[in-house]
Amino acid sequence: MTGTPRGVSPEMHLEVTMLFEEYGRLLDADSLEEWTTLFVPDCRYEIMSRENIEQNLPLSLMLCDSRDMLDDRVYSLREANVFNIHYDCHLIGPVRVTPQGDGWAATAAYSLFQSIQAGETRLFSVGRYHAELRRVDNVLRIVRMRVVVDTGAILTLLATPI
Amino acid sequence: MTAPAGADALSCYTFPAADCSRIPYGMYRDPDVFELEQERIFRGPIWNYLALEAEIPDPGDYRLIAVGDTPVIVNRARDGSLHALVNRCSHRGAEVQRNLHGNTKVHTCCYHQWSFDLTGKLIGVPFQKGIKGVGGLPADFDKACHNLQRLRVETMNGAIFGTFCDETPPLEDYLGPVFSHQVRRLFHKPVRVLGYQRQRIFGNWKLYTDNLRDPNHGGLLHMFQITFGIARLSGTGGARVDADGKHNLSWASQGGRTAQEDGAEGGYAGTDRGDMNIRLKDPSLLRYHKEFPDDLTLAVTSLFANAALQQIGNTLAVRQLRPRSADEFEIVSTFFGYEDDDEAMTRHRLRKANLAGPAGLVSMEDGEAVELVHRAIVRDMDKHSIVEFGGRGPVVDQENLISDVPMRGFWIYYCKLMGIRAGETA
Repeated sequence: MTGTPRGVSPEMHLEVTMLFEEYGRLLDADSLEEWTTLFVPDCRYEIMSRENIEQNLPLSLMLCDSRDMLDDRVYSLREANVFNIHYDCHLIGPVRVTPQGDGWAATAAYSLFQSIQAGETRLFSVGRYHAELRRVDNVLRIVRMRVVVDTGAILTLLATPI
Repeated sequence: MTAPAGADALSCYTFPAADCSRIPYGMYRDPDVFELEQERIFRGPIWNYLALEAEIPDPGDYRLIAVGDTPVIVNRARDGSLHALVNRCSHRGAEVQRNLHGNTKVHTCCYHQWSFDLTGKLIGVPFQKGIKGVGGLPADFDKACHNLQRLRVETMNGAIFGTFCDETPPLEDYLGPVFSHQVRRLFHKPVRVLGYQRQRIFGNWKLYTDNLRDPNHGGLLHMFQITFGIARLSGTGGARVDADGKHNLSWASQGGRTAQEDGAEGGYAGTDRGDMNIRLKDPSLLRYHKEFPDDLTLAVTSLFANAALQQIGNTLAVRQLRPRSADEFEIVSTFFGYEDDDEAMTRHRLRKANLAGPAGLVSMEDGEAVELVHRAIVRDMDKHSIVEFGGRGPVVDQENLISDVPMRGFWIYYCKLMGIRAGETA
């Protein structure tokens, strides 16, 4: 398969692609509780600005270093937080997969559009996913997901995950 | 000096009460008011927070910031001195420094290569005398008259402030004892910058400075801590102001009344809020390691007009407000810990950062609230918002959180600088 790095089968590439598709679909469908099940229990999910990464600064915009913390974040969005009512639309680009340790590393670019109830849309965020994946009980799961946002100047606020 | 465009804009609006318990909507929406603020507030007799010395530790280090909507370079010269320079070439008005941060010996404009040293002095003009006597600048052109515009700079414990105005009193006097103490409290030892967060909010910047001076909204809008049974509006907290009422400290300390003590009579009756029987799966996010001599677990210090110093538990940051227009501002937050933090403390601070900023579990709502107000107050410019929680009259310290009195303190000082006579007409 053209463009597939050595060591990753076309089947594997397809499986990772489908995982990213599922990831974006669940976020766009506001199925956040199901979205967290894509992660392993000792996962790490973080959204970081390119600005901080390029200066070697460790601060995130959002950081969950376990599934529990990710679940708390989602629960808080449901029960506690007030944020702009919106719909998300993730466009996730082609995935690049490379073997890494006992799993895989995967990267992809994304664009995230936000629309309001009255049907106006804005480009909310662009950036890249940097994921580490592992097979657990025969299912591909996310061990680490670092979302590096080029759009570091967050428009209005950042409630729902990217 | 001629009056700035729109100086008579203010005559359209009335502050019916001298205690600023009524604020005309037009103050938040009118572009002419915004223009006037740039002259009378941000370039007026105030100290603007610029940056931290820790961000530019070495000679030649610089960062780009904004004071009001004016682009500014903050840098450290070769002798270690700090300078704030308007980032605008004295030739054609281009941005001189284009990199957000870095280290340099000179700032050179890419357009025609004019160069300025780190004190803002114009030191190089290519082809000033032309080539072989042809072209170039007139013989009487005096480089010494074309330096970058400088702001006056003062520091307190590594926090850098700047002013455009010759009449601004010394920083210590401007802050007063309470707020000098707050600056020294937060910067009581050398800090280490952990990173930046930026947020663009499509509303007027004063809706945010109002928000900072409104402890009353904390337990009604930001429901994370209440939902998870951590804090209540009825807990121990309050607000402190300076003699002018222009600065505000919103504070809270742990060990106040619990949610259970509050019960159904706690003031939330009639709302669908206040369920406090929910527990976090990972409560470590809420752990607080005491690190100040006092008992404050929340201390948000709002300095007139562009800064907020933030302690939310162990989440420490300084926020700089950068108004862009009447309808938009940016918040740039610099999160930090201390140089002597161990690895575990740094990790703790980075996790706790989840509470603050544009995605903060106890702060994201502010972006929404500001935009909700800004959208709805369109058109009826001389109608008023109400600021009466905590009572009318003099602006004094508040020993409870059910108050927005400090908001009035901001507006009274704002009116003074803007030349608005509040309370003249009814």
